[in-house]
Amino acid sequence: MAIWIEEDAKVLVQGITGKQGMFHAGKMVEYGTNIVGGCTPGKGGQTVELEGKDFPVWNSMTEAITVTDADATVIYVPPPFAAEAIMEAAEAFDSIKGEGVVICITEGIPTLDMIKAVAYVNNRPGIRLIGPNCPGIITPGETGGAKIGIMPGHIHAKGRIGIVSKSGTLTYEAVAQTMSIDEGQSTCIGIGGDPVNGTGFIECLAAFENDPQTVAIVMIGEIGGNAEQEAAAFAAENVSKPIVGFVAGSTAPPGKRMGHAGAIISGGKGTAEEKFEAFKQAGIACANDPSEIGSVLLQALKDAGLR
Amino acid sequence: MNIHEYQGKALLKEFGVPVLEGVHCTSIEQALTAYDNLNSKVVAVKSQIHAGGRGKGTLYHPQTRQEVMQGGVKIAFSKDEVETYATNILGNILVTIQTGDEGKVVKNLYVESGCDIAHEYYLALLVDRDNKSVLIMASTEGGMDIEHVAEHTPDKIHKVVVDVNAGLLGFQKRDLGNSLGLSGMALRSFAKTLNAMYEMFVSQDCAMVEINPLVRTSNDEIVALDAKISFDENAEFRHKNWAQLRDLSEEEDVEIRAKETGLSYVKLDGNIGCLVNGAGLAMATMDVIKLYGGEPANFLDVGGGADEEQVKTAFSMIMEDPNVKGILVNIFGGIMRCDIIARGVIAATEALSLEVPLVVRLAGTNVEQGKEILAASDLNIHPANDLAEGAQKIVSLIGGDE
Repeated sequence: MAIWIEEDAKVLVQGITGKQGMFHAGKMVEYGTNIVGGCTPGKGGQTVELEGKDFPVWNSMTEAITVTDADATVIYVPPPFAAEAIMEAAEAFDSIKGEGVVICITEGIPTLDMIKAVAYVNNRPGIRLIGPNCPGIITPGETGGAKIGIMPGHIHAKGRIGIVSKSGTLTYEAVAQTMSIDEGQSTCIGIGGDPVNGTGFIECLAAFENDPQTVAIVMIGEIGGNAEQEAAAFAAENVSKPIVGFVAGSTAPPGKRMGHAGAIISGGKGTAEEKFEAFKQAGIACANDPSEIGSVLLQALKDAGLR
Repeated sequence: MNIHEYQGKALLKEFGVPVLEGVHCTSIEQALTAYDNLNSKVVAVKSQIHAGGRGKGTLYHPQTRQEVMQGGVKIAFSKDEVETYATNILGNILVTIQTGDEGKVVKNLYVESGCDIAHEYYLALLVDRDNKSVLIMASTEGGMDIEHVAEHTPDKIHKVVVDVNAGLLGFQKRDLGNSLGLSGMALRSFAKTLNAMYEMFVSQDCAMVEINPLVRTSNDEIVALDAKISFDENAEFRHKNWAQLRDLSEEEDVEIRAKETGLSYVKLDGNIGCLVNGAGLAMATMDVIKLYGGEPANFLDVGGGADEEQVKTAFSMIMEDPNVKGILVNIFGGIMRCDIIARGVIAATEALSLEVPLVVRLAGTNVEQGKEILAASDLNIHPANDLAEGAQKIVSLIGGDE
């Protein structure tokens, strides 16, 4: 099962002819992701060679989805054009299939562009947006699997832990922690560190709760906003599976943006302390340090009779 | 990116928001000329810095640190008073609740006409993360600290969420005006002002526009008496004019340079420098240093694709901080390969003749090669297998030096 992205999902790459798009498309093919082609307006009809194989390029997402029947698309388009790329993909998936997953890796999209894009996607209920400013989503398989994004594929293995995080490298850290206790992952999702994004923690928690492959969840938040507090409140009512949590930014000074556009304590709100507190209130097992995630998870699995 | 009040007022005026006549000055002479030209019995003499709480701040002499004057915003009733206030403000250091103890040198002044105030309101437009939209907040409690109002009398804050695709609608402007108790001419003036502000917010890619106070004059006209405006830096590519509005003296020099080289750096007060890839991991690295009894000297994210040169730049930035007594490098290689990082670390330590203890934790892509490269060098680099071990090592290494 896994969530949203099956191991053999058919994936398009928007911006496949660009430097970033081509590099990561190659890495995805190498991992075993079922890449079916790409889209770059004005470059339709060309092909891109990845790992010794040619992949078609289309001018529009409508054309690309019609021909390939893709399930998902991943966007490496530069910030000025990324919001429109999201909307183009959403409209094409919606009108052709009524469903589709749009993953946007691009960092640095203007916030007002994202407000418009998120509203546009939300008007098409079959479409899921993941990101932007995120590492993407990966569903590891027995061999290969679907790696859609920029994460290092080789650190993953198929398993029963679901991971959701705002941060890229902290997600990898969490993956390594699950591996350190001989657990693999069902699906790992980076929801991104921007103030306005698509899929949030709550949707991920709900999907993991309903996924038979997933038995426990690792949730990693960071300072800024109150998505973690809302997710904790949701989890307390709706999630029966064990959750292990960590929040980055306990030492971050107020009013300073910590790398991610959304990682800022403003008006004394959005601190790591209040988020950890919300996690604990909701019965989430907290790690004080990312290197502890493995041991805390192992204990949670034992407590639930899963080890 | 923040701009000064005088720049914000010029922008508001351009979009049709009523503001008072004012002049931007950088010298006492200019302030006196401004007073003559404004032809207003009363003027406000306002310190221009990128921080709130100016009115309640204190000015200090930059060298002696002796107190010069209470209040960074003064009402002057004569030319002599303008001279006194301008003299006390320009070139001195203003410390407010938002500047920290070091304060900020005031280089810019705004001399503004007075007006007849009937009531002070609060108005702000900002990005609402929860609703993923633009939020407008207004209150009858203008001139106050809005966070205090929100905490103690939340019912006095009125909110409108704008559907960006529909835009700010007539009924929303009327409802908000009504909730402030406005009617007739004042309500119409408010609606017009709000409309202009929303247009500005959207077309200029603002992150926040805060007017505190927004006033109703005795003629029932709505006027913006203050202007705190910040822009969404992600949209800089479509606003060439921001380059002129930017006051680099208001930003940390090293933070600006970091940004120019594609790094993200924030200076902190501790003594352990950190060099990390990824914002979340960089924050977590700081947290874990603290957890094991150390104090981080900085946040530094070298990003996903840093090369040898960037790693070197990152090291030199960390070493610019005289407080740094040791460095912890924490890299989870994804796109970034550990062997490249290892070479960068060696090149940087050699080029900078690094003398402080250095702990390096590598994980991810090509980690074995990376570790071998570090081990083969004859430099004094302490390896660590995970973040906790790395933090413990650097904390004990610098502890031993003292």
